[in-house]
Amino acid sequence: MTRLTLPTNLSLLAAALLCPALAARPAHADPPADLQSALETLRAVQPKGQGHRGAMQAWKTISQADADQLPMILAGMQGANRLADNWFRAAVETIAQRHQQAGGKLPVAALEKFLADTTQAPRARRLAYELIAGVDQTAETRLITPLINDPSLELRRDAIALGLKSAEAELKDGDPDSVAGQFQRLFAASRDLDQVKAVAEKLRDLDQPVDLPKHMGFVLRWHLAGPFNNADGVGFDQAYPPEDGVDLEATYQGKVGDVRWQEYTTADDFGIVDLNEAFNRPKADKGSGYQLTTEHKGAVAYGYTVFDSPEAQPAEFRIGCINANKVWLNGRLLTANEVYHSGMEVDQYVATGRLKKGRNEILVKVAQNEQEESWAQRWQFQLRVCDHLGTALLSQGRTARRPSATDLR
Amino acid sequence: MQRKTLHSAVASWSVIVVALAVCGADWLQFRGTNGASVALGPAPPASWEEDENVAWRVNLPGRSVASPIVVQGKVITTSSSGVDQDHLHVLAFDVETGEQAWHRQFWATGRTLTHPFSAVAAPTPASDGERIFAFYSSNDLICLDLDGNLLWYRGLAFDFPKAGNDIGMSSSPIVADGTVVVQIESQGESFATGIEAATGETRWRVDRARSPNWASPMVMPGRPGGKTTVILQSGSGVVGHDMVSGKELWNFELPCQTTPSLAVHQDRILVPTSEGLTALDLPAAATAPSLAWNSSQLNPYPASPVVAKDRVYAVNSSGVLSCADLNDGKRLWQVRIGGRHWSTPVVAGNRIFCVNADGQAKVVELGESGTIIGTSDFGEAIKGSPAVADGALYVRSDNYLWKIADN
Repeated sequence: MTRLTLPTNLSLLAAALLCPALAARPAHADPPADLQSALETLRAVQPKGQGHRGAMQAWKTISQADADQLPMILAGMQGANRLADNWFRAAVETIAQRHQQAGGKLPVAALEKFLADTTQAPRARRLAYELIAGVDQTAETRLITPLINDPSLELRRDAIALGLKSAEAELKDGDPDSVAGQFQRLFAASRDLDQVKAVAEKLRDLDQPVDLPKHMGFVLRWHLAGPFNNADGVGFDQAYPPEDGVDLEATYQGKVGDVRWQEYTTADDFGIVDLNEAFNRPKADKGSGYQLTTEHKGAVAYGYTVFDSPEAQPAEFRIGCINANKVWLNGRLLTANEVYHSGMEVDQYVATGRLKKGRNEILVKVAQNEQEESWAQRWQFQLRVCDHLGTALLSQGRTARRPSATDLR
Repeated sequence: MQRKTLHSAVASWSVIVVALAVCGADWLQFRGTNGASVALGPAPPASWEEDENVAWRVNLPGRSVASPIVVQGKVITTSSSGVDQDHLHVLAFDVETGEQAWHRQFWATGRTLTHPFSAVAAPTPASDGERIFAFYSSNDLICLDLDGNLLWYRGLAFDFPKAGNDIGMSSSPIVADGTVVVQIESQGESFATGIEAATGETRWRVDRARSPNWASPMVMPGRPGGKTTVILQSGSGVVGHDMVSGKELWNFELPCQTTPSLAVHQDRILVPTSEGLTALDLPAAATAPSLAWNSSQLNPYPASPVVAKDRVYAVNSSGVLSCADLNDGKRLWQVRIGGRHWSTPVVAGNRIFCVNADGQAKVVELGESGTIIGTSDFGEAIKGSPAVADGALYVRSDNYLWKIADN
């Protein structure tokens, strides 16, 4: 038994007896000094190996702690970076495994209390749940069901999955109108794309209105300008006039002639702007691809939109793009990704910025290269604005979307 | 000076031999401890079914296209799970019983998008016999001891956020001389780095061409001057670096493939290129490799070439296994084994074990010709290469890890 186990518990007991206020606080609130110091050392781990040597020693100390101290250790994850999270996780799992292999029981009640405390780090709460679920088969139904709006997206995901299962079961026997409300609540809470799609499909089956782009925060209405030159990739670093300020009435010298801003509204559920379509790239004679054309290959396009924010607030600008891309907010470059044809996914690149109250300008640059393979012909992007959980942030005065094909089924 | 060099070379080879002896028939990294995909000891059985020659099969969480490794009586395998594949798993199983010894999970710190065909758990872990180095497409590099205790954790994409691609990375780490080397090459940012195995601290880092590359680094012991060289392969050629300092030692331009990885056998380096397979010679006394031969008849893709004794084996993209003379590259025989082979075959005894992406295994007896002596079906998609240790074959799919051994 190390200093961290029995003596530590005794010191906690003594402290609790001497200080009623302390006794009333959760068990995870006050780790002893040596454990506290080790937790702080772990939290101080930085990129590029900084803090490693200290963390290695601190990890050994923490991993020798008693299982009763698991809530304290989990509480230490508050404010930790993603690297430190992993040091913490490994210590927690090591303690739990050693304790259980020795025949001990995990402090389930304290872990449940920790799970219920939504001020704790989401990953720590999720880990607490995993420990509980590992020893209690009823944990999912007991603990997860109410968590459909939880700040831990993993806990929320599990809760929505349970909710979906329950709503689908009710749908088989019950009144579709009454079940529709359940699906609407699940839709409003869902953040993971697969769940958003699954719930949306249920709602559409029930003839319920679904505005997927609004739920996700996809920008649908753009002004587009292009093509500008990107032969040999020169356009990615070349600042064409829109990067110095957007004038929607301006005429620019483009790659193959004059370029003017044109309005474009996408009807895609996930806000995909197809630049080949927008710039009238001719289709190939066979198949569904496009012809190789000078103006559409080795080309840069800009997308511009105005976002009217109801308040100053932090925001994430999540772009999916199969081409090289940059995103600016109010003239400040948020992200630059010089990657061509390496897949395109919702939320592929996540940039953070701060919206000011009122008018904000978002500018996107999308650079297409000159690869000739059939899989290298897409010239597309999608962008959404949301908070750190993926909850849509909507521009004031956002107008109703144009109905998509799926809405018109 | 020459004498010192010779002594150093002998010393280095001695270390390797001792390591092999200490590790017994362990399978410590992608394509085995020798990196040539050749197993020591007896060959596993030629065929198996659910109730024959399957010692055990265990369920696994998540997904993986990585190979298992075998270290000191444990089979180590990695998985990735979760809606974003951002849960990284390292699992250890007892080789005899298949019982889980431990299971650790982590959260990815880098990009976790991959092509559906691949997984974040794509690189094969490596071991120096004392530690496990688990690496992922997210560029998370995790060092654990053999009991699953965390020794250190590097988030290399946390350090260099542009490194990575959304098709998925798959280059496997390699460890020698107390240094773990990982090769991270993508359009966004590319580098190779040597990390001190004991502490996780960076010993060296070199920039690499910003171009996608999935090939794995390979160690060549005993040169130059008895030191160990790590060879990095990319689309423009192969480069030798000092394993410990990272100093560039030589550069040989070649139109290399970027999916199958080169193999090393004594003085010879076998490099998959767009023109076939190229053999380079690098004797211990040489300062740079020289061209030995090039064969357009050998086209290992996407699996890597295998070198055993004086033969080189390659499975092409049509599922044809070719055998050639290591000395001159002349093709000796071919046999159609069928299917797409992401998994690099393994030679054990006088057999080569080939598993295609559909999970169909062919065992070919090696000799004057290649004869298929066993056909078995795992019934699951398999992209990771098998591991072989002590006459047992270890294969994993997304869902299962098998031990195949004589009943």
